[in-house]
Amino acid sequence: MTAPFDKNDDSVVVIIGTGAGGGVLANELAKKGVSVVALEAGGRYLPEDYVNDEWDSFGQLAWLDPRTTSGDWRVAKDFSGLPAWIVKAVGGTTTHWAGASLRFQEHEWKALTSYGEVEGASLLDWPIDAAEMAPWYDLAEKKLGVTRTNGIPGLPGNNNYKVFEAGAKKLGYEKVHTGNMAINSEERDGRMACQQTGFCFQGCKWGAKWSSAYTDIPAGEATGNLEVRERSHVARILHNEAGKVTGVEYFDADGNLQMQKARIVAVAGNSFESPRMLLNSASSMFPDGLANSSGQVGRNYMRHMTGSVYATFEQPVRMWRGTTMAGIIQDEARHDPSRGFVGGYELETLALGLPFMAAFLNPGAWGREFTTALDSYENMAGMWIVGEDMPQEGNGVTLSETKDQYGLPVANVHFDDHPNDIAMRNHAYDRGRAVYDAVGATRTMPTPPYPSTHNLGTNRMSANAQDGVVNKWGQTHDIENLFISDGSQFTTGAAENPTLTIVALAIRQADHIAREMSAQNL
Amino acid sequence: MTDTPTIRTLTRRQLLSRGVAAGAGLVVGSGFVAGSDAAWATEMNALKPDTMATLIQMARDIYPHDKVGDQYYAAAVKGYDVPDEVDFAEAGIELLNEKAQVTGAGRYLDIGWEAERVAVLRTIEDTPFFQRIRGGLVTGLYNQKAVWPIFGYEGESYSQGGYMYRGFDDISWI
Repeated sequence: MTAPFDKNDDSVVVIIGTGAGGGVLANELAKKGVSVVALEAGGRYLPEDYVNDEWDSFGQLAWLDPRTTSGDWRVAKDFSGLPAWIVKAVGGTTTHWAGASLRFQEHEWKALTSYGEVEGASLLDWPIDAAEMAPWYDLAEKKLGVTRTNGIPGLPGNNNYKVFEAGAKKLGYEKVHTGNMAINSEERDGRMACQQTGFCFQGCKWGAKWSSAYTDIPAGEATGNLEVRERSHVARILHNEAGKVTGVEYFDADGNLQMQKARIVAVAGNSFESPRMLLNSASSMFPDGLANSSGQVGRNYMRHMTGSVYATFEQPVRMWRGTTMAGIIQDEARHDPSRGFVGGYELETLALGLPFMAAFLNPGAWGREFTTALDSYENMAGMWIVGEDMPQEGNGVTLSETKDQYGLPVANVHFDDHPNDIAMRNHAYDRGRAVYDAVGATRTMPTPPYPSTHNLGTNRMSANAQDGVVNKWGQTHDIENLFISDGSQFTTGAAENPTLTIVALAIRQADHIAREMSAQNL
Repeated sequence: MTDTPTIRTLTRRQLLSRGVAAGAGLVVGSGFVAGSDAAWATEMNALKPDTMATLIQMARDIYPHDKVGDQYYAAAVKGYDVPDEVDFAEAGIELLNEKAQVTGAGRYLDIGWEAERVAVLRTIEDTPFFQRIRGGLVTGLYNQKAVWPIFGYEGESYSQGGYMYRGFDDISWI
């Protein structure tokens, strides 16, 4: 059979979502000759469609279906209906991501062992480790064209980086460079080099940044084994009396309910939608939702400990020019409990345009304390903090009273900061301020976390079935032909931006699924 | 709400003959609000001109930028000048004027000093009226392409080839 596939074809693998997890899995399986139907809730947007305008792009790409929030995190107050800034489109959040592509550090795969028990945290070791993942990281770095790997040069530093680097060096930081970025520093893989345009978050107009939207998805389609059905919003996953999944019900672009049969279903809708789909698929056989005998579906939600530091200077910086996040200080990523917290964090350059700076610098603030900062926008430099946050059983996704446009309960996202997250954030704010003070900042400002982009952990991987939702292959403990293929399978979050790890896991999972299919085990 | 409302057909003399000064820099007349230098004016469709003038002043007091002219604040709140928003806006401004009376100065627009107007705004900052006006300004003001150059922000760059050859690394003072 070649694509398109019949809805009654029960030999296909159905993948829900086409981002870093689903998009890569779809292509990797298709290349191995497996028939794949990928269901994508959003539409298809390519470089020619992207817009260099923050709000217009947000309207074009962002997931704006309703969600609700609770908990003590400030996002619940400032952006109560928008807990995440992620994308609803073919390619998912790989259209929006910054491109930072870091491997986990060895100790981070074994967070419980490395950090010990932390009160209030549900830490666990991953059932895989750095040695197991090394060859898959190699493949992921090749696929994404990560700078400073495979002989690919680093990106040149922009103005924002030069301020950041000078401050870092004055403080004695050593691991300071323009990042391991999935952004071409030279022409590669039929895609051109970065033109220092800015607007990385709005979709790369040049295609210099890797996104599954214009790499893996068309590559998979070209094999004839992949059919992407866009604007297909999954309602629930179906199963038979034997407890195996048999297909997926979804609303098509016209709002009509459709059903696609499946041999295997892989869920990759991001850490909010993936558990939501499992919970919305509850049946008389699985009253608590699919793959949820452990009660762990939706739990242990992590979003990375984040925050930003912006600083103003006497003279212009023009931080918006050039690559948005090509700059990193890695010295604080180590695990060093003498700092007053476990785990570590990365400091990465970040710039927002004026419209988003106004929205995110200090949400809700008004008056001259706020506006004088924006008056110095041209003289501003900025960095983002991304660190390991503690998994907590009570943080997570449950079904809300609110319904979406299809009448399906939406995700409520609950998050309380753990004391370790707060201690780490305060440490990072201090270090960020010191970086800029070292090069003559006239004012430094801590900025609270934005709506989450790193959504992790709500279907976590565990060695024991009672501790999590999936095994070391991302296969659910309860249902052998149901897989999780996105960041929701993360056992812990580590300090690194998650996309490279999601991609590495997806390549590895594709290998496993194809092998098990040929062996008739699936 | 991103177009700057401008009517340039009035001379300043005509303007002043048709309107009355309404607080710093604003003139209110029958069916319009204008800058006192006649550089811009906006015609009212639904709101009372006094209400619009108060909204403009309130907008400036919430997000004061001394280099940003009133016309941009006017553009940022012009969206309330529609029939559906009349009740909301008129009631909100009535509340604001009531709170202003406590200062003894009269209406909000009659309070001459920013610090005193801000003190009045603090008394209503938790109201849905204030929060909606403030929230609307975040996009209504800062997403006006016309104000970006005032802050030095350059906006779209793709059509010019990005900054590869236009100064992405041109910082000289660091």
